[in-house]
Amino acid sequence: MKIGILALQGSFNEHIELLKKLNIETIQIKLPEQLNEIDALIIPGGESTTILQLLEKYKFDLQEFKNSGKPILGTCAGGIILAELGLIDIEIERNAYGPQLYSFIDKIEINFEKGKDNFKGVFIRAPKIINYGENVEVLGKHNNLKTNTSDPVLVKQDNIMVATFHPELTNDTRTHELFIRLVK
Amino acid sequence: METNTYETKVGLAKMLKGGVIMDVVTADQAKIAETAGAVAVMALERVPADIRADGGVARMSDPKMIKEIQASVTIPVMAKTRIGHFVEAQILEALEIDYVDESEVLTPADENAHVNKHNYKVPFVCGARNLGEALRRINEGASMIRTKGEAGTGNVVEAVRHMKQMSAEILALKDMNDIVLEQKAQEYKVPIELVKQVKELQRLPVVNFAAGGIATPADAALMMQLGCDGVFVGSGIFKSSNPATRAKAIVQATTHFNNPKIVAEVSEGLGEAMEGLEIDQLDVKMAERGN
Repeated sequence: MKIGILALQGSFNEHIELLKKLNIETIQIKLPEQLNEIDALIIPGGESTTILQLLEKYKFDLQEFKNSGKPILGTCAGGIILAELGLIDIEIERNAYGPQLYSFIDKIEINFEKGKDNFKGVFIRAPKIINYGENVEVLGKHNNLKTNTSDPVLVKQDNIMVATFHPELTNDTRTHELFIRLVK
Repeated sequence: METNTYETKVGLAKMLKGGVIMDVVTADQAKIAETAGAVAVMALERVPADIRADGGVARMSDPKMIKEIQASVTIPVMAKTRIGHFVEAQILEALEIDYVDESEVLTPADENAHVNKHNYKVPFVCGARNLGEALRRINEGASMIRTKGEAGTGNVVEAVRHMKQMSAEILALKDMNDIVLEQKAQEYKVPIELVKQVKELQRLPVVNFAAGGIATPADAALMMQLGCDGVFVGSGIFKSSNPATRAKAIVQATTHFNNPKIVAEVSEGLGEAMEGLEIDQLDVKMAERGN
């Protein structure tokens, strides 16, 4: 198995370091023809406007990648990009928590094995999933004590997974393991 | 819920990696920068080339102008405080700026001390010419470092010098035992733990960008190949003849820094780069401010 990390901008090295812990072969993806070499793609955190601009410039066809059945994981900016390209049926709001002063780390609950497992959620100028279609499965939630809301933070539709937090900024590989299970 | 921790501060800098941060003086310029693919903008009243030409005291920008820029883009907005001017830093925090640059480009307010950056909720980036300066700034609470270079010159020579100097000093730590490391820590005026951490990581413990004198896509790719995590472009974009095209080209060269074919392609027909200055003919060397 070979996982490609979109390396146009952002935290791609952090994803690569985490996958190394799982002894998974990775490759930095900078040009569209490289997509043929991989079994799954991760779009990292970063600035979505920058990454989108570079995706368009070099004519990446992620729709085709999705149609081939290969899974894609987007974290933070990566999730915004997957929503904007229409690859997952979610409505996502950029910088939903406000500027950097409102970035935070908090416990989130993810359905890994036993239902509600705790995970360290790192949210940096994070987006929020404000609406999602009926085919979207919520795998992780953040119970926000400040706003008294329970927000979806990890969702999946078919072979597309979106995290609004940054698992790549932790040493915990469980979110990545969950994603890798989608590889056929 | 934890907010404004060192981890979230360093975290934002990590999200900027592989990107270009552009100096802008108006909301319109900020929009051009965002559209061109900037990962963040630096809001300031005058670009370094103009500060250099105008002379006089350069200070923090007008909050009104910073707010206009914040309202015009969705990417992070940074702004500069004078070295040691902890009240300008307080104002920038009150404005909810995303990153404060304690910058030698402005006239220093304190010749002996930098801002104690641990006291702030907002993260700070600081310039450094060598490992000692970088570690002192990190020890003061900076969560991102950039080379000083020589701002406003369109001359990359100082940024190259600073990056190579830092890399050589980091590499040299490899062969040092605890006794020599202790000496180094004393020389750098930082705790030995920080020096040991750098020895172990073989890089700075925070993101390290290039800044000062970057004017072309080739300059950006050069700094990336030297090991920088990303690039600041100050006067280089909006002092050139075609800012939008040049900005886009520098973004692409930063992403594809290891692909000379693409760097060649984007370097084509950009028009005039900013006018450059020789370092030994400068009246003011900004890089020497704040040690």
